[in-house]
Amino acid sequence: MPQTIIQPEFNVVIDYDKCHKCGRCAQQCGWGVYDFNERPIPDDTKCKACHRCVTYCPARAITIRKHELAYRDSDNWSPQLRRAVWKQAETGGVMLTGMGNDKSYVHLFDHLVLDACQVTNPSIDPLREPRELRTYLGRKPDSVEVESDGEGGFRLQEGAGVVNNIELATPIIFSPMSYGSVSLNVHKSLAMAATRAGILMNTGEGGLHADLFPYADHVIVQCASGRFGVDPEYLRRGAAIEIKIGQGAKPGIGGHLPGEKIDREVSTTRMIPQGTDALSPAPHHDIYSIEDLRQLIYSLKEASGYKPVGVKIAAVHNVAAIASGIVRAGADYVYLDGFRGGTGAAPTIIRDNLGIPIEVAIAVVDQRLRDEGIRNQASIVAAGSIRSSGDLAKAIALGADVVAIGTAALIALGCHVCQSCHTGSCSWGLTTQKPELTRRVDPEWGAERLTNLVNAWSHELQEILGALGLNAVESLRGSRERLRGVGLDAQTCEILGVKPAGR
Amino acid sequence: MKPITLERPTYTEEAPYKIHGGCGLTGICDESGARFSGEVPIRSMAVQRDRGNGLGAGFAGYGIYPEFPDHFAFHMMYHDIQAKEETEALFDQWFVVDLAEPLPTRSVKGVEDAPLLWRYFVTPDPSKLEEEQSDEDFVVHAVMTINAPVDGAFVASSGKDMGAFKGVGFPQEIGHYYRLDEYEGHTWIGHNRFPTNTPGWWGGAHPFTLLDWSIVHNGEISSYGINSRYLEQFGYKCSLGTDTEVAAYLFDLMLRRHRLPLPLACKALAPPLWDEIERMPEDEREVMRALRAVYGPGMLNGPFAIILGFNGGMVALNDRIKLRPLIAAKQGDLVLVASEESAIREIAPEPESVWMPKAGEPVVARVRGMEWPIHGDLHLTPAEVSCAVDGTEDVCEIVESLEVV
Repeated sequence: MPQTIIQPEFNVVIDYDKCHKCGRCAQQCGWGVYDFNERPIPDDTKCKACHRCVTYCPARAITIRKHELAYRDSDNWSPQLRRAVWKQAETGGVMLTGMGNDKSYVHLFDHLVLDACQVTNPSIDPLREPRELRTYLGRKPDSVEVESDGEGGFRLQEGAGVVNNIELATPIIFSPMSYGSVSLNVHKSLAMAATRAGILMNTGEGGLHADLFPYADHVIVQCASGRFGVDPEYLRRGAAIEIKIGQGAKPGIGGHLPGEKIDREVSTTRMIPQGTDALSPAPHHDIYSIEDLRQLIYSLKEASGYKPVGVKIAAVHNVAAIASGIVRAGADYVYLDGFRGGTGAAPTIIRDNLGIPIEVAIAVVDQRLRDEGIRNQASIVAAGSIRSSGDLAKAIALGADVVAIGTAALIALGCHVCQSCHTGSCSWGLTTQKPELTRRVDPEWGAERLTNLVNAWSHELQEILGALGLNAVESLRGSRERLRGVGLDAQTCEILGVKPAGR
Repeated sequence: MKPITLERPTYTEEAPYKIHGGCGLTGICDESGARFSGEVPIRSMAVQRDRGNGLGAGFAGYGIYPEFPDHFAFHMMYHDIQAKEETEALFDQWFVVDLAEPLPTRSVKGVEDAPLLWRYFVTPDPSKLEEEQSDEDFVVHAVMTINAPVDGAFVASSGKDMGAFKGVGFPQEIGHYYRLDEYEGHTWIGHNRFPTNTPGWWGGAHPFTLLDWSIVHNGEISSYGINSRYLEQFGYKCSLGTDTEVAAYLFDLMLRRHRLPLPLACKALAPPLWDEIERMPEDEREVMRALRAVYGPGMLNGPFAIILGFNGGMVALNDRIKLRPLIAAKQGDLVLVASEESAIREIAPEPESVWMPKAGEPVVARVRGMEWPIHGDLHLTPAEVSCAVDGTEDVCEIVESLEVV
């Protein structure tokens, strides 16, 4: 029997007439596709279609094609399913993958459209008028209490006003991606870009490397079930603290960073011995209930001198009730991660089958918090595949205060969404700790690209606001009247709180 | 107080969607408190006839019921007798009704299909008030309950010593239909409407009112979606299908319930840009930062000019980048605001000053000696607050001298 009966997914096609025989493809490929013997000989089975070799081939001699192998048609047994069965029959293991759910569930964002002004209200001219994006992340009081300043003006009463909020220049932040799952250079790029763009990056659960201390005012430090890298200084250092309960790509599942990724730097940052596996338990073993969560929220506030504390959860069926409990437990923001959210590694079966879409989660959580009169007590951060400023605007109109982007940020750094983050061999130097690969990302280059992305989306959001006749983003936030559903059934429209187009 | 959850049934003539449109406004206040005829605002609106299309006009007058100063005056519109009976049953349940009568009207060419128009002078039945519930909260709840669940009944106004008169027609037609020339008030606001569809529904005309507050509005509130959802959190039910309604409820929320001083409430509705806020002195900056962060969902975005009437004066306000006309003038004790200068000069031919208020800068007119209607606990007497608002010393002196007397 052959070693495997699974045929490769891709064909690496080299035009040897153009090929310089320089060997750069072999040098660039992190997957070991190329054997170089006077000319590159590709092994199609190893190719992930990440286009690193294609991009760096000086002769543009390489292209990657889909392996067009005909299978007997079946709407039921897709080639992917057949391949998965073969793989498991060969290995007996749990299938792993990276990035987010790639299945063809309905993309609700693509069934929502925004309004625009015509005649009865003027649109805002992008070249002349302001359109403000500034956003405050955190708990707001019910009202503003002022007193006379004795000179005809007013000042805030003692302790009144908006305290412990984080000012963001635009309603976009970077999602948590841990040092360990991504490289230190990626972390540096994110931290520098967050500082330049006036937003936040998020450590993920892997601690904060000392090189990022100068940017700590723009960093959310995460406290996850493994407690990696958590000590009082860490908690005090960040702009905010986030308790990670769950992740959209793998709700209810912990994490496992294999020992070979725990080099000296990762070990120091995570505060665990070098070479040991970093295991994040599935639940926090000190949080088995909502009151336990409340205790942790207030412990972290006490320990940090009352920094804002947020709670990240995966969007699951009962997300509205859970989010309400989290707000009542004292969280300053609730981070909702939809079922398309990305990951460094997750069982494929979990990634593809658990959780609910972020659009629904935003809609039901925002409405529930309003029904209970506590919407102002916490901000809503929405993540789980925000792919463009269109998604961003729609998420805000549904009720999110801020969106978080992870996959989009990695794509900005060269990621081609080959879904192989879990292999640790990312040719683009992103989700790897191999020094020969991680050095491919220059933090300065990365920071510039990330800043550009945030600025570009912010400008586009301003364009959308202008078309809507709004000059501040808070007038779009939760304004579902400006959204319409196209091709959605009545019940989905009702759950999203939007009318169908034409109404 | 329980939020209203029932949906209001829609009228057959009513549009099922939000109504867009342009409009003309006028507001006239005699700061001396002298009362003048309702013919005056009719004249001011008549010259702005082109700003409407005959599909809605209305007025609100203050100081018009001196014989009932402490009663809540309900102006009601009924679609049919059944709606009237249902509503009156509720009135009897909640209130002591001291007078119930049809609103006086006269036949005017062009005014058709009027609903049944009645007025009631009532006081809340003390035994029906919940613990620590104010009369005002009780009345707000009553208004919301009638407007939403009672089929075919609509509260045109519900304040003390004031009333709203509105319907489908041009302003002078509606004004004469309601016989406004027979009323006298110290403050009047008026409205002329140009809706872009033809709902033909009397309840949809301006002003919109709640308690003493009345609003006339020119413009479109592009943030209506979030404004109404924000208000629902506080128990307000936006059931009238027009964005002006949210302005009335926002003023009620901020001024009466959150006790914000009027100038700050105006700043919350039409806030300065962040750039400007960053240049302000520290105390002011922090106040503005808090106002924007907390009341962001209440910010009125989009083009608007509004006039808020209340017992004791009026406030006129433009949107934060002044996308709709608003002009103000002063002649003697009269403060006048309108969409067009012609509407002002019709009443005050030679004003001492005429000015174009800046974006987001409120024009305030105050009837001297009347209690400031905003019950903010600001450690200030009403007189001091009014000085703070007006920034004018003469008002201060007059009010002080009144207090000495």
